[in-house]
Amino acid sequence: MTVYTFDTTLDGLLTAVFDSFFRKQQDVTLLADGEQLPLFADEPHVVHTDSEKAERVWKGLEKYLSKDGLRMITVSWLSEERTLNQPLFNFICKVFRLKVNGLERNASDSDVLEVRNSCRRVLHEQLRMKQFIRFQKAKDGTYLAVVSPDHNVLPLITDHFQDRFNDQLWLIYDAKRHYGYYYDGKTVIHVTFEDEASVPFDLSSGKMDADILSENDQLFQDLWRTYFKAICIKERMNPKKQLSDMPRRYWKYMTEKNG
Amino acid sequence: MEKLRILAESAKYDVSCSSSGTVRKGKAGMVGSTVGGVGICHSFADDGRCISLLKVMLTNYCMYDCAYCINRRTNDIQRATLSVSELEEITMEFYRRNYIEGLFLSSGVVRNPDYTMERLTAIVRDLRTVHRFNGYIHLKTIPGASQELLQEAGRYADRMSINIEIPNEESLKALAPEKDHKSIFLPMSQIQQGVLENKEDRKKYRYAPRFVPAGQSTQMIVGATKESDLDILKMSNAMYQQPSMRRVYYSGYVSVNTYDPRLPVLKQPPLVRENRLYQADWLMRFYHFKVDEIVDDKHAHLDLDVDPKLGWALRHPEFFPVDINKASYEEILRVPGIGVKSAILIVNSRRFNRITSYHLKKMGVVMKKAKYFITCGELTSNFSQPIIGINELRPERLRPLLLSKAQQKKAGEEQQLTLNFEE
Repeated sequence: MTVYTFDTTLDGLLTAVFDSFFRKQQDVTLLADGEQLPLFADEPHVVHTDSEKAERVWKGLEKYLSKDGLRMITVSWLSEERTLNQPLFNFICKVFRLKVNGLERNASDSDVLEVRNSCRRVLHEQLRMKQFIRFQKAKDGTYLAVVSPDHNVLPLITDHFQDRFNDQLWLIYDAKRHYGYYYDGKTVIHVTFEDEASVPFDLSSGKMDADILSENDQLFQDLWRTYFKAICIKERMNPKKQLSDMPRRYWKYMTEKNG
Repeated sequence: MEKLRILAESAKYDVSCSSSGTVRKGKAGMVGSTVGGVGICHSFADDGRCISLLKVMLTNYCMYDCAYCINRRTNDIQRATLSVSELEEITMEFYRRNYIEGLFLSSGVVRNPDYTMERLTAIVRDLRTVHRFNGYIHLKTIPGASQELLQEAGRYADRMSINIEIPNEESLKALAPEKDHKSIFLPMSQIQQGVLENKEDRKKYRYAPRFVPAGQSTQMIVGATKESDLDILKMSNAMYQQPSMRRVYYSGYVSVNTYDPRLPVLKQPPLVRENRLYQADWLMRFYHFKVDEIVDDKHAHLDLDVDPKLGWALRHPEFFPVDINKASYEEILRVPGIGVKSAILIVNSRRFNRITSYHLKKMGVVMKKAKYFITCGELTSNFSQPIIGINELRPERLRPLLLSKAQQKKAGEEQQLTLNFEE
């Protein structure tokens, strides 16, 4: 059994593909650095991430996959699922081994299907972020939203918010991954806080501290809660449907549910 | 705040909520954008319905007396009117906080249709021009409003809708004496004409302003009158023939005015029937079904126990089995248990290798249903007994196998005689 270990970056994974062809090795088990080695494994080959090699692999992929196929790889990578490493690696190897166009459409292949499903989960969650992000307005006019998505979806949604709220300053902060995006009226900037404990908002509930909240923000939050209650038809209660469309893990940052 | 509550409660029986149909990128100096394809639902209320637009009435005073409506003149409910500036401020502030996708504006009829329509138009004009609002606006058309007003409103709104409510004109007249079909279909065709003219204009002048770019929608009430599903689906089929009609909604009747003898008193809204109607609607729009395939004179009502697609399959055993590896996309779509997504996956994947039942399961096909209707490479090896399809089993014996546990139990109880021990 051949074992490769890599540094859990996409470039690292692509380099691993390069190495496996360079060393003419098939049936490679790909592990992250520090992961428990399987029984009877030989000394693992440590993949040294090399952006040049990764670039060459990516160029090769561009020949065989459509735009959607390439996007499927980058998007599924954002899922940060550990179980994705092996299927994605196998999928990329298969593309070069079979040399057929559009392999990403073959859902009867289990590796392709796993990558595809991963990609689908990420896309589903980025839609949910677009749905469920709730801004609060600060005194200085900045709109703030805190989220903690399962997958690393913020890079996928900034375009949408930049397009939509192009005349207001906003900050979307990922409390789980400790970074956020700030829009300064012109461009979106990647931001991190040096001292997360001193930020003027609560990371577990997303609530802004009362002294920096703009004066009528509380009023609109209450209005929204009132509206949310009023729109429900009592005769048609269906909490199961509500939960399946709006899972409870998102509630803690949502104005209508955490009031 | 109280006003918002009253007016939202008055507006909530309108089911339409979608914010789809227009792609409009954000513009510098304007707030908002609309996304194409599927709209964005921003929240889900406790009844499971999505909240996409701020659905609110300008006022719930109404001079009409429609028996099915909560806002009828003779009802003793709290009345309120939002001022124009209040409504605009709420919309903008909600939108900026990402609560909503846009505005769904409706109103009770005050004084006369034109007066009401004029005020609605003024609000959407203000939102677009003064507040530079670039999000989604869904505007209800008031039956009987003049064409000039519709023309103006259509330039600002993304979607306009007018509700048919009752597919049969006589029933409509009985319940809503002030309305008739003419006052509903006339504005509908006027809007459609506007859309078509606008299409022509935009071919010549690329930057001609758009007119109701997301088309129209309408709504029918289910279960308030005696209409059969055949009538309702015939009507919606006729609606979908119009090029600008995008959606027909079905609203299970909620007994709001229980005292009215013209209306049935229902303990619960007919939710299952409503669901079946939506399923039939989907079959017409996405599954290449024709209306007379779903319902006909013999089967004027949809089967409440099984969904319409399965119902069709049980009535047409000669169509099956479908060979997954050879059949066309349209044929695969007709298999119960296979939806649009898995049908596309199947058609795409079978270019690479033969599809087996194992693959189908992985792709998300509901094999519990589908296995009776398909053949694919090897069906036998995975299911220990030899393959038994619809033609071997006969539809009448297959049907009980496909019902859910709860339905089976109910059917069993109906067959069992109950002894009456009282006196």
